Amino acid sequence: MAGFYGTKNKTMDRHVLLRDVDVPDIREYDVYVANGGYEAWKKALTTMKPDEVTAVVKDSGLRGRGGAGFPTGVKWSFIPKDVFPKYVVVNGDESEAGTFKDHQIIDGNPHQLIEGVALCAYAVQAKTSYIYLRGEFYEPAKTLQKAIDEAYAHGMLGKNVLGSGFDIDMYIHMGAGAYICGEETALLSSLEGQLGQPRLRPPFPAVQGLYAKPTVINNVETLANVPPIVLNGAQWYRQYGTEKSPGTKIFCVSGRVKRPGNYELPLGKYTVRELIEMAGGIIDGRPVKGVLPAGSSAPILPASALDTKLDYESVQAAGSILGSASFVILDDTVDIVWAARKMVRFFKHESCGKCTPCREGTYWALKLYDKILSGRGTLEDVNMIGEVAAQMSGKCFCLLGEFATSPMQSTLKHFRAEYEAFIANHQGGKMNGYTDELIREGVIAGPDGVIARH
Amino acid sequence: MTNPLPPLGRAAGNGAATAKPDDRLVSDKRYKIIEATMRRYGYQGHGLIEALHSAQEAFGYLDDFTLMHIARTLHLPPSKVFGVATFYNLFTLKPQGAHTCVVCLGTACYIKGAREVLAAIEAEYDVKAGGTTRDNQLSLLTARCFGSCALAPVLTFDGETIGKVTPEAAAQQIAQRMMAIRQAA
Repeated sequence: MAGFYGTKNKTMDRHVLLRDVDVPDIREYDVYVANGGYEAWKKALTTMKPDEVTAVVKDSGLRGRGGAGFPTGVKWSFIPKDVFPKYVVVNGDESEAGTFKDHQIIDGNPHQLIEGVALCAYAVQAKTSYIYLRGEFYEPAKTLQKAIDEAYAHGMLGKNVLGSGFDIDMYIHMGAGAYICGEETALLSSLEGQLGQPRLRPPFPAVQGLYAKPTVINNVETLANVPPIVLNGAQWYRQYGTEKSPGTKIFCVSGRVKRPGNYELPLGKYTVRELIEMAGGIIDGRPVKGVLPAGSSAPILPASALDTKLDYESVQAAGSILGSASFVILDDTVDIVWAARKMVRFFKHESCGKCTPCREGTYWALKLYDKILSGRGTLEDVNMIGEVAAQMSGKCFCLLGEFATSPMQSTLKHFRAEYEAFIANHQGGKMNGYTDELIREGVIAGPDGVIARH
Repeated sequence: MTNPLPPLGRAAGNGAATAKPDDRLVSDKRYKIIEATMRRYGYQGHGLIEALHSAQEAFGYLDDFTLMHIARTLHLPPSKVFGVATFYNLFTLKPQGAHTCVVCLGTACYIKGAREVLAAIEAEYDVKAGGTTRDNQLSLLTARCFGSCALAPVLTFDGETIGKVTPEAAAQQIAQRMMAIRQAA
């Protein structure tokens, strides 16, 4: 399935994560070992204590790449030392619209992930690790399973690895198609065979996670960073990136650009504008209207924020979040009201139904957007969208409810004029191309007078 | 489907009150695949999603009988099995066509014109998204995001991914693959 994720873009002399761009066959065990693979694992097992591995990762300043950006070494140090068993869970649920970085790591460079998981398990002294992949990753799961089997066959996993007395087992678990399972406590519930619904925190997973035992949960990309850090040291890693956001990060660029794909870049070195240029610029050279820095869950950045540096702090200062760094680029052909409705509809569908503000809020927000899009909207409805979003924010268990408000609030903040123009231009049912979509989605009746049901 | 699940107690306890479910379990070898999966997880309740995965793979969909069988074997209440089966998007309780085409309607694909692609396929095969053609040959489904946004707009046909499709070519690409499979059979 090589090339599944589009063009392989070369953005660094030597990639840290997307090493399959430099070495095409690195998914094979022999090729990986010939390129320095499993050296970090050997180094840790033979010369380092578990605490030293945690200390190196802490010193490197590596931050979680799944979205929240929490320091990884600190997370590992929360695991109690005297409770057994412990678990390492890898979050490969990657369901955010516009994100496809973990896909390329699992498919192109699986051994680096396995080595990273093993190092994490050694650092917290966990004997069992689970890799949770989204159900759609059917093909990547096969590649990863083959790589795990190879690692077992070469004695890198299993009982008494390299004579160190450390046992480690690694299993893949396939999800079944639920966006919410990317949330860490929902992921744990799903791993236990339950509905993927978030749990109350505290207790945090570090204290009571999988089967109520201490559990580390890290993103695929985060753990793929660990082997080079352990091998080359924290200082080497800090040569990339900024003081507060060290290292490299994979940026997934999609939307109205000429060369979409994964771009691995040092954090804080380039701006959003430069990233778009790297991706070949906008199709037909049109102007940028807005940028979603983390798929549908991040507040939209208007074109005026294109000179924002690409690191956690700068994007936050610009009024959004870097999150998983999946940039969806919107140009001036994209209708913001329509795009916001798409995102709200996504969240309405993916809301797990546990908390009332999220379940009902997304439902009513979608009703309001449907009303506007089908030409029956008024300015009252625009204000009402803002009110619904305000009622939802800060009142839900997990971040999904929070994320669901960001397309509403941020588009209202930056593109309120577009809402008003849309309502003025589409009054009285003039729907200009949205009719088919709304009929298909069962919002309005079709020409035969029947409302579609799903 | 008036009563989504057959009664649990009678089949087990009161003798021949209902049709013996065991007949189907013996005659249909596909239940052995599910059995193997459940055994691998020690018939524990937390293997439920794996059991549903293998049932879906074996049958193409999950019917009431299979759900009940899994619930009994794993000692789970039917409500929980039904709840999990309906919570996750990949599980379907409706029979599928011989071939499955899934069009991605994620943000990136939408911007690149997935709407037109879907409309072209719907028009060509006279089927609405979420439905199956009258000859049961093609089920047309939509998904929210495949995680293949670089290939947008993207669709899958029987698990094969087809990227950068156009409305004009999409229906033709599907027809070619269906023809090839028919000739091979």
